[in-house]
Amino acid sequence: MNQSLGLLGAVSGHGVSSMFKLVVNFAKFIGGAGLGAAAAVALSVAWKKFSPQRAAGAPGLLSGQPKAVRSAIAVAAIAAVYLLPMWSGLPLIRTKEVDFLTLLCSSVVPFVLIALGLNVVVGMAGLLDLGYVGFYATGAYTVGVLTSKHATWPWLAAFPIGVIVSLLIGVLLGAPTLRLRGDYLAIVTLGFGEIIRLSAQNFDYLGASEGVSAIKRPPSLGFEPYSESLNKWYWVIGLTLILIVLFFLSRLENSRVGRAWTAIREDEDAAELMGVPTFKYKLWAFAIGAAIGGLSGAFYAGQLTTIYPTGFDINKSILFLAAVVLGGLGNKWGAVLGGFAVAYLPERFRFIDDKRFVVFGLVLIIMMIFRPQGLLPRRAGGKSADRDAGNRALKKLSEQLPGAKLIGGSK
Amino acid sequence: MHFKVFLDTFWPNTIDGLSLGAIYALIALGYTLVYGVLRLINFANSEVFMIGTFGASSALWLLGIRTESIKTGPALIGVLVLMFVFSLLFSIATALALEFVAYRPLRRRNAPRLVFLITAIGASLAISESVGAFGSKKRDTYAFPRVWNTRAKIFSIGAGDVQVRNLVTVVGAILMMIALYAFVNKTRLGRGMRAVAQDSETARILGVNVNQVILLTFLIGGIMAGGAAFLYFLYYESTRYSVGFLLGVKSFTAAVLGGIGNITGALLGGLLLGLVENYGSALLGGKWKDVVAFAVLVLVLMVRPSGLLGEKLGRARA
Repeated sequence: MNQSLGLLGAVSGHGVSSMFKLVVNFAKFIGGAGLGAAAAVALSVAWKKFSPQRAAGAPGLLSGQPKAVRSAIAVAAIAAVYLLPMWSGLPLIRTKEVDFLTLLCSSVVPFVLIALGLNVVVGMAGLLDLGYVGFYATGAYTVGVLTSKHATWPWLAAFPIGVIVSLLIGVLLGAPTLRLRGDYLAIVTLGFGEIIRLSAQNFDYLGASEGVSAIKRPPSLGFEPYSESLNKWYWVIGLTLILIVLFFLSRLENSRVGRAWTAIREDEDAAELMGVPTFKYKLWAFAIGAAIGGLSGAFYAGQLTTIYPTGFDINKSILFLAAVVLGGLGNKWGAVLGGFAVAYLPERFRFIDDKRFVVFGLVLIIMMIFRPQGLLPRRAGGKSADRDAGNRALKKLSEQLPGAKLIGGSK
Repeated sequence: MHFKVFLDTFWPNTIDGLSLGAIYALIALGYTLVYGVLRLINFANSEVFMIGTFGASSALWLLGIRTESIKTGPALIGVLVLMFVFSLLFSIATALALEFVAYRPLRRRNAPRLVFLITAIGASLAISESVGAFGSKKRDTYAFPRVWNTRAKIFSIGAGDVQVRNLVTVVGAILMMIALYAFVNKTRLGRGMRAVAQDSETARILGVNVNQVILLTFLIGGIMAGGAAFLYFLYYESTRYSVGFLLGVKSFTAAVLGGIGNITGALLGGLLLGLVENYGSALLGGKWKDVVAFAVLVLVLMVRPSGLLGEKLGRARA
């Protein structure tokens, strides 16, 4: 039966029987993946239900400890993560095809950085960006061009340029488009992302479809190329970059900019009415997100040493979005978790490899229905807590704005 | 800029552009209607279209047609009708599944706009990748047997040949649009759609069954996409899992170009985009064709988001 179908398939094409097989295969796959997804959802629901009830305002498990203890725990946690490569042999963690350490450097770090950056745009400021891969590509190609294609700069010199160029592109893209409403902004950013990819593919200056190769790597401190020690060193660099970005973001969250984003995201009209210069802050979000995206791309290029335009397509953009949504919109730790999950899980569970995007598409749908706030929500308390935060932010902002009068918060 | 190439290929590009534009217009209707009624960009409309193309091929397979076998007369009409119906059925099924599985649960939870968009994207990805991962030919192109000599030349204009397929596509699209226009403007259900698009709360109070209207909107969007799939199938005689994305984005561009929510706008936008795309690729080189389309998208949204014929329903600017 299979043989003749194969022959027929060659001559004719897809048909009702193949459609049926497709549905059966899909159903089998869904069964397996669905169990996994159901387990994840059940876990998070159980976590919420069975975690000890706290009175509002009462100290939690960690925040109740004295400062010295908290600092010690933080330092220990950070040290443990730095030493993560030591555990790469563990059967639970071990990935089959790609060495865990290489995966960490070439995939996990870029994805976590990307998720952090996209989280600023989508999660903190509430701007749906479907072309985020464009900034990733800009960072990567800038480094590629400067270290290999048209110059021979060292990576260390090229990567800040990559960040700056990405930031400028972000401003360039954002300035004319951030006045658009959410859905239209999403589509226009999609268009930009595709324009960037197609330009990389069409311009010989950028290597056309052959891409850019022989990109320089970060400084190797004398380690042998492609040795395990070198990879461990790169992991240290990558993790340090992540920590720097996390620190920067935590400063941002508590600043006027962060409060403006909260206010804009919850009720843009109210913010505008209160005199918050929404456009300026949206542009900031875009620019910062672009810069972080460029940073990630620059690091990624340095790890891979060869980049192709096909690696920066719309599916990647959606993958990035899935990472942020899965982890938790607006929560930087959620972004870290989501970025790690999206980079690591497909490798760990290789059987889903070809169907990777089916899984991510379904994850998006399921998450949006059952847990739209993601695995690590922005703050406990759901929508009303978000709304309250928006009101509080607006109130605080209006006190700082010259001449603004308090009209009254939104419902 | 290759002006000479542009002039030499003007007529072939015009003919091809109008044909393709007609297909864009039909898919654009799916976007424009759903946006008008729900204020939602139904990203997954592109996959509704793609599944429809597989519907047409299933019809051929069902009839036992495996190799080229040109039909004429009543046999041809029969085959075409079956293909058309199957395209419609597959597309409608997908569109309705989307509404029930993905969108309705969100509406019940009063989800914010962002959530709908993310779901739409997820659905689009899930559907196209499913076909790519589970289909018999995976990510290769499925080529189909020819049953009608659609590439026969009817007449020429300048250097361009107007083939059967060009005429069929444009005429077919226009016929479907006339039917749609009549439905929306002359029937009670159509009035319900227009009412909900204008003000769903008031419509509800006045007795319009909003859920029914929403279902109807997805149904019609599916019909239009199915029709487009049938015409696409006749035009290209092949399909693959990824045909949806590019056509979808370009059709959405057409919808916005003409004015979202506006049926005539969808036709105008589609035809215009088809022409501009082809002329652009002649002037700049074939590899820039898609960039031209995306550039049109970006420019329209930046400069005139209400489109050429103005937005009948809904506003573009925040």
